[in-house]
Amino acid sequence: MYLSTVSRPATDPPDPGPARPGRRIALVSGNVIALGTVSLITDVSAEMVTAILPLYLVLGLQLSPLAFGVIDGVYTGATALLRVVGGFVADRFRRRKLVAGVGYALSAVAKLGLLLAGRSVPAIGAVIAIDRLGKGVRSAPRDALITLSTPPESLGRAFGVHRMMDSVGAFLGPLVALAVLLAVGQSYDAVFVASFCIAALAVVVLVLFVRERPPGTATDDSDQVRVSVREALGLLREQSTRRIVLAAGLLGLATIGDGFVYLLLQRREDLDLRWFPLLAVGTSLAYLVLAAPIGVLADRVGRLPVVVGGYAALGVTYLLLAGPVGGWPLLALALGLYGLFYAATDGVLIALAGPVLPARLRTTGIALVQTGQALAYLGSSVLFGLAWQAWGPQTAIRVAAATVAVILLVTVVLLAPGFRLVTRRVS
Amino acid sequence: MTALSTRAKLVVATASAVLLGAVAAGYAAVAAEPAPAPTTAAGAAAVTLEPGPRLLTVTDRRVSSVSLSDPSGPRTVSTRECLRVYAAAGTGVCLGPETAWSYQLVVLDAALGATRTFAIPGLPNRARVSASGRMVSWTTFVGGDSYTSSGFSTRTGILDSRGGKPVMSLEHFAVTRDGRAYRSSDVNYWGVTFAADDNLFYATMSTGGKRYLVRGDFAARTVETVKENVECPSLSPDGRRIAFKEAIDADPAKGWRLSVLDLATMRVTATAETASVDDQPAWLDDATLAYTLRQSDGRPDVWAVPADATGAPRLLVPGAESPSPLI
Repeated sequence: MYLSTVSRPATDPPDPGPARPGRRIALVSGNVIALGTVSLITDVSAEMVTAILPLYLVLGLQLSPLAFGVIDGVYTGATALLRVVGGFVADRFRRRKLVAGVGYALSAVAKLGLLLAGRSVPAIGAVIAIDRLGKGVRSAPRDALITLSTPPESLGRAFGVHRMMDSVGAFLGPLVALAVLLAVGQSYDAVFVASFCIAALAVVVLVLFVRERPPGTATDDSDQVRVSVREALGLLREQSTRRIVLAAGLLGLATIGDGFVYLLLQRREDLDLRWFPLLAVGTSLAYLVLAAPIGVLADRVGRLPVVVGGYAALGVTYLLLAGPVGGWPLLALALGLYGLFYAATDGVLIALAGPVLPARLRTTGIALVQTGQALAYLGSSVLFGLAWQAWGPQTAIRVAAATVAVILLVTVVLLAPGFRLVTRRVS
Repeated sequence: MTALSTRAKLVVATASAVLLGAVAAGYAAVAAEPAPAPTTAAGAAAVTLEPGPRLLTVTDRRVSSVSLSDPSGPRTVSTRECLRVYAAAGTGVCLGPETAWSYQLVVLDAALGATRTFAIPGLPNRARVSASGRMVSWTTFVGGDSYTSSGFSTRTGILDSRGGKPVMSLEHFAVTRDGRAYRSSDVNYWGVTFAADDNLFYATMSTGGKRYLVRGDFAARTVETVKENVECPSLSPDGRRIAFKEAIDADPAKGWRLSVLDLATMRVTATAETASVDDQPAWLDDATLAYTLRQSDGRPDVWAVPADATGAPRLLVPGAESPSPLI
């Protein structure tokens, strides 16, 4: 098992210089394992709630859940803004761990909020918003900590291991929720309390084991001057940063969203609707299995080719949804490729972006990349909905596949000059 | 920050895990629901769907019936577990648990025996049988893929008990909206009600943030929009009016007003019920509606109100839901 080789923390400080050949089998740093553990535990907690929330709203509270769709767009915008602000605060006060911790704590508290919200739809909406806010605030400082505690040449591996641990948690969450429900009957409250306790444990692990900076790293001189708003704004004036944020946004435009992919797959196959949730499980499984090996591959062959490969897998997934293959081969191929897309892009893109961003503004930069991607994705899912309405699903998905191809070309042109610097290795 | 040794950190982490685990387990032990109390006095009589002056409801997830002349009086409770029930002409539909996590539709004969059973996706929401007992329909809520995308949708299906396979979802029906062919990925249906010919039906269709009353042709697999802001339609026995819930200011977040639409004049009349009704009403006769209202803690009661603007709502069956007259 891969994890057994990474249990010993690497003691060497991150080395911004060329990699030394002897560290080929470099381990993942203790900080990455600690962050991975925090993510794993948090995802168990989050997915427990995800799994039972519909049951709770519809059968527990007897609410009409269609009223909840309305809140979506507004919060996505607000979260995007707060994510960047949180990233800046983390950089300015050099408290990435603290900001990430606040994000994890917010989501933990939201679990208890579900208990207190009762049958009030606005209160439940607010609690879900707080949870989402916590998720938005924590991801940039967490990813910044990963990049800051890993030598640049091992970033792919580090993100691969982190995302793998994250997906293991997501995979276990629903099972834990069902186990709790089995043990206590239909008491959803017990699931929320258990979910809160698990989330709180994740915060404890973060406080105890995650380090703001790797041991032995002297704070370099540039760290003595606080990051200013002006400097943060200047980030977008750097050509390399602008390119990576632009590319992330463009790539975000290429994704139409899980909901549409699974819906098209279900319609194509006229799949029994009861199996619908299993489509997401299939994708996570592929993601879980592929994340670490693809991260390692990205360190060897370069991150840009892997990201490009990932988006190519996305394009092929779209084509499959419109193509001649059907039946089980289609399901297996489409879900496998879709999981491959996630494994080759989610963490690897941040591994690609990290070294391009100055260390003092790493969190702000990563927040910009993630926000650009999230906003672009929101736009593209709306556009895809309109395309579906105008041309029907089959044409819409072909157009989406063509869009992926065009965006990939532009991305390669945008990033190719920069990426040569990033993936420089000495053999 | 104080530098703890790795050993000390592990001790603190383990202690926290034990403590938090104890909190979760302790809460679960306190919250665990006691075994459901045996339902009261079924007496010798069994619940039957034979037409008669009785009202079918669900009491504590069990199919039960009361006399319409004394609806708050003695109640006959069966062992059949349903979350939603409806019946007409001796045929019933029950949406109930299949396993702890999944639900099924059961077509019932007059003695509550299952004549047909199949799994339905999602969580039971609405159920109807046509007046002749031939057509059966259901609506379920299907959860979003993730907590953070909150994409709830509905699935509505129709079974022609004389015609083989059920139509599991209306989403493939051709849509005409305001006279034009229409398609969209966000089309959702709920709350079917059947006309006397067992082919024409009405339902709610939502798309683009609006909710429409649609008239459907089951044989032709088509629907067309009739009017905006009409949800959970219920056709009157005389086929001239539709009782429904109308979102206040066309915004479901503000709640719903129980109203009646006259199909000849397209005029809407709000009933005397001012509480927000989130239910597909049932017609007790050509002048009276029955519906479920929930108390603040979620406990249901069945109420009745005249189907015009007159009168006042009255409590019909306390502690029950999903009303269906057996006349």
